[in-house]
Amino acid sequence: MPKKSVKKKNLSGPVDIRTGTGEGWLYSDIVKDHFFNPRNFMHYGEEEKFRYNAMGRVGSPACGDEMVLWLDIDKKTEKIKDCRWRTFGCGSAIASTSVLSEMLKEKDGMKIEDALKLKPQDILARLGGLPERKVHCSVLGDKALQAAVNDYFRRTGQHGRIVTAGSKVIDKTLNITDHDIEEAVLEGAQTLEDVQKKLKVGAGDPSSIPAIEELIRFYAEKYYGE
Amino acid sequence: MLPKPKKIREVYMDHAATTPVDGRVFSAMKPYFSEKFGNPSSLYQSGRIASGVLNDSRRIVAGHLHALPENIIFTGSGTESDNMAVYGMTRAHEKHGKHLISIAIEHHAVLYPLEDLKKQGWDVTFVPVNRQGLVSAQDVIKAVRPDTILITIMYANNEVGSIQPIAEIGRKLLQYRKEHNTPYPYFHTDACQAAGSLSLDVEKLHVDLMTINGGKIYGPKGVGVLYLRRGVAIKPLILGGGQERRLRSGTENVPAIAGMAKALDLVQKDKEKETGRLRQLSEYLWQKIQREIPDVRLNGPEIGENRLANNLNVTFMDVEGEALLLYLDEYGIMCSTGSACTSESLEPSHVLRSMGLPYEYAHGSLRFSFGHPNSKQDVDYLMKYLPVIVKTLREISPVRLAKTKHAQFKK
Repeated sequence: MPKKSVKKKNLSGPVDIRTGTGEGWLYSDIVKDHFFNPRNFMHYGEEEKFRYNAMGRVGSPACGDEMVLWLDIDKKTEKIKDCRWRTFGCGSAIASTSVLSEMLKEKDGMKIEDALKLKPQDILARLGGLPERKVHCSVLGDKALQAAVNDYFRRTGQHGRIVTAGSKVIDKTLNITDHDIEEAVLEGAQTLEDVQKKLKVGAGDPSSIPAIEELIRFYAEKYYGE
Repeated sequence: MLPKPKKIREVYMDHAATTPVDGRVFSAMKPYFSEKFGNPSSLYQSGRIASGVLNDSRRIVAGHLHALPENIIFTGSGTESDNMAVYGMTRAHEKHGKHLISIAIEHHAVLYPLEDLKKQGWDVTFVPVNRQGLVSAQDVIKAVRPDTILITIMYANNEVGSIQPIAEIGRKLLQYRKEHNTPYPYFHTDACQAAGSLSLDVEKLHVDLMTINGGKIYGPKGVGVLYLRRGVAIKPLILGGGQERRLRSGTENVPAIAGMAKALDLVQKDKEKETGRLRQLSEYLWQKIQREIPDVRLNGPEIGENRLANNLNVTFMDVEGEALLLYLDEYGIMCSTGSACTSESLEPSHVLRSMGLPYEYAHGSLRFSFGHPNSKQDVDYLMKYLPVIVKTLREISPVRLAKTKHAQFKK
């Protein structure tokens, strides 16, 4: 499987792979700190007490990552006053969510307008980078944030501001979205070859194949899993 | 947020990955590095010494396999032996047919060559395994066709420890060949995981080829054995000086081979006692886990004769394996996981998936594999921290599998 697409040189700070001496850690010290001391996560029993007006859930344990994000957004200033999260996933997924929660809360809260502009790369930079094949773990935070903010718009009746999720362009050359892949799986496509036959994906942009395979798996499990 | 131990105890519970070299093995290897370094092919004295060591080692290995010394081929690894069995046999016998039989939970050293052959036009039947990771001998025989040339089935699985009915398959296969008056199909087994605890008697197992290696039996890494029954034709993969009866060229790795033979001798002589001890450890850990951690599931066969004594593979629901590993690593505890996050392919374990385990269960699995250095104290040390680690990660996790779906997998 080809490496994930984010390039090391786009990241500030080192991308730490295990060192030759065996002493180094797989992740940067920041990742390690957030992993072992996660900030702002929703403790057991806190669900009833925590005041929030936005909630977003993305991913699925079948994919290896699932994340829920709760936000308390000030209606006047549209700043994120407080947030909580829960994440199922590996070290980098947990650390990414923890660091994201810190970014949202600091300097008396990020404006949702700015929050929506956050990119996975921003989270990566704050973490001091992640090993290349772990980069996909940090993408979820950005999606959960989008989902939570949409939820806020819904709850406050600002339907016009909702950014439609789930139509992410996967293959730029052929302009194929994840919805198209979902449809193909629903129509019975089970393998990359099947989906390629139906949509001609991958033919346009070979680098999109890993993402497509992941989506096929995800939708196959979602609709046909035991 | 977690308790810090006063003193970190190094606890290695990943012997299915590799084992430390036994001190006695190391001593057996030492003379052949700098002192008696001759090339076995040389005619002068130091060459003859090396050649003698090679012969002795071959005899020792053959003895434990109930085979003849000339049917033992030394290779560079278990992977090489597996590749040689698959490619060597298919190249030598493709005129007879282009069908192979295997199971989906094989090690990648067998699986990937098979997939490669598939692309080259070979037909491969993967006989399904059940939820415990066991194949039925009957099903294997049913899959045999007139054009089947090779069956390759692992002796014991590295992830879940399931022990396949190799002798039963072998017996049924003999019968098949007799009835059909054919030498085909030949039968290979990858016994790398089994070599430390099970009988390797090829006459009782009725196998024609068998792979073992050094790095799983307290021997050195980088050395393997392929047993090849007399009269079975195979094509070499490595050509050159004609060593190992022209089947595997390359100057013999004398110290590693001497170490491999010593290691096999030691584990095979001690296997009954050590198996009993390791099974007790597995049982002890599994009892403790069930008592102290809710929502867990044993992957693979029940602890007993269908499972490698040193293997325990457990899913901790709602948490992810790599996160568990990293926490355990902080306490000096080493084991492995079937989670996608630690694999090169970012796919969760093909073994757990082939056993019908949903993705989310594979992601939360840990494999503990015990070995010589492990004791009850190691298990106690592990269990001092594992329950609280699982609890912590569950608190962070939004997933509650036990309460939602896949009720059929509940313990």
